[in-house]
Amino acid sequence: MTGFFLSQIEGLDPLTSGEVLVAQNVFFALIALVMILAALRMVTTENIVHAALYLVIVLAGAAGMFILLGAEFVAVTQILVYIGAIIVLFLFGIMLTKGSFGTEEGEFRERNQMAVLVGVLIVAVTSGSFIDSFRDAELNREAPSTTAEIGDTIFGQFIIPFEAISVLLLAALIGSVVIARRDL
Amino acid sequence: MTIFNLAIELAYWQQTIIRSVLGLVAVLLPAGTLVYLYLFKMMSFMQSRLGPMEAGPYGSLQLLAEVGKFLQKEDLFPRTADRVVFKAAPFVVLASTFLLVLVLPAGPDAWFINIDTGVFFALAVSSISVIGILMAGWGSSSKYSLIGGLRAAGQLVAYELPLVLALMGVVIQAGTLNVQEIVLAQANGEIFGWGGIGNPFLITQFLGFMIFLVAVQAELTQPPFDMPVAESEIVTGYLTEYTGMRFLLFFIGEFATAGIFSALAATFFLGGWYIPGLDPTDNLFNLIGPLVLVGKMLLVSFLIFWFRFTYPRFREDQLQQLAWKVLVPLSLVNIVATGVLKVVF
Repeated sequence: MTGFFLSQIEGLDPLTSGEVLVAQNVFFALIALVMILAALRMVTTENIVHAALYLVIVLAGAAGMFILLGAEFVAVTQILVYIGAIIVLFLFGIMLTKGSFGTEEGEFRERNQMAVLVGVLIVAVTSGSFIDSFRDAELNREAPSTTAEIGDTIFGQFIIPFEAISVLLLAALIGSVVIARRDL
Repeated sequence: MTIFNLAIELAYWQQTIIRSVLGLVAVLLPAGTLVYLYLFKMMSFMQSRLGPMEAGPYGSLQLLAEVGKFLQKEDLFPRTADRVVFKAAPFVVLASTFLLVLVLPAGPDAWFINIDTGVFFALAVSSISVIGILMAGWGSSSKYSLIGGLRAAGQLVAYELPLVLALMGVVIQAGTLNVQEIVLAQANGEIFGWGGIGNPFLITQFLGFMIFLVAVQAELTQPPFDMPVAESEIVTGYLTEYTGMRFLLFFIGEFATAGIFSALAATFFLGGWYIPGLDPTDNLFNLIGPLVLVGKMLLVSFLIFWFRFTYPRFREDQLQQLAWKVLVPLSLVNIVATGVLKVVF
């Protein structure tokens, strides 16, 4: 069942069919709208737990986008790694260290200008590099990559970078334990 | 793409409606069955009492009475609660349950979604419930809830690892992440050339099955792993402030997840909807497959509830040690052994 999600959406290719209101575009617009609103609320909310929960919506939207593009494996990885692990870690950290419930006003006000600057820079650099490198490239809509292909690529072509990343992660893990436990 | 091999071609929206209704049934029916059969009756018999007997013959309508009772209760909020987070929490937990049921195949053509990443998808969506539990613990703005929520999250994160690793043995042996193909691999398998009963992975992956069951028990925060809701210390943990309908949602979520995890264990280790003696492509399986799956699910969940009713509670440090120092190393050994044997044979 290659690309199951993609095949579910009729009038598949919005580029060649010339229609705007195909299901894929409608869902793209809906998800994008929700993601933008949630992202705006995430940076404007005064409540840090709410900010983390808005981030969940943004990340879930990104997973939805991957499904629309037929990349199931990436979508599921997005859910498992970002929502299931990283956000849980965020919430865990906030709840263990924060003294009180509810909002803390003015907590973020001081660093506002720096945050805006960093945000604008990140958008400029990433969008610039993406547009530059994928200028004429088109997504291969006929053959969405299957899980087996991804596995073959990672453990064939990219085996050395993969192993290097594993070692790097292990080093980070040991380093964090050493920093956290000063008695070692 | 039809649910049962019907002669009529159904439109996409008709299929979607049928899938939605069947999804609801697949979540609520196991939950109700498990509560009545095991929580009401089996637990009572184990404790030498009869259990509910008044509502309906043999107390069979007790469930309806309970639901009616919960629906009548007032919808209470703690004064300082974070209302939106408090309200949304049970739905996040239920959403995880509903997504989990999607990967279960109940026959050669009877499935909700049949994706390449099936096992991976199941493990990913089961981890969403942690967020719901943390939301409940924090949104209640009560210290019992917060401690319970943190304990639950710590426990769920710790036992997710053995849960994932225990299934890797099955995935290696079947050679696929697709749940349907894992069932077929067991149906078409052979034990040293004898294909009489297929090759249920329970035999070769017995260690994985045991690790999976223990991890499931912990994921459900059921005794002996019920530290997050330990009533003698922290009332009922993250559920403390919930009443009426919202408590009922958490309750349904817990038992539905117990049912679905049992069905997953039955699918991965006991051959799922397949029973020996028939051809796995037989159209008959679209009809009897769901019943076979429910039967195997009841068998596995019997084990889960048996443990629940008979063992005392773990201490918090014992609980974490069991996960990190026993189950994770054991499942890693299992993966290495399975990998080596897969290459050798």
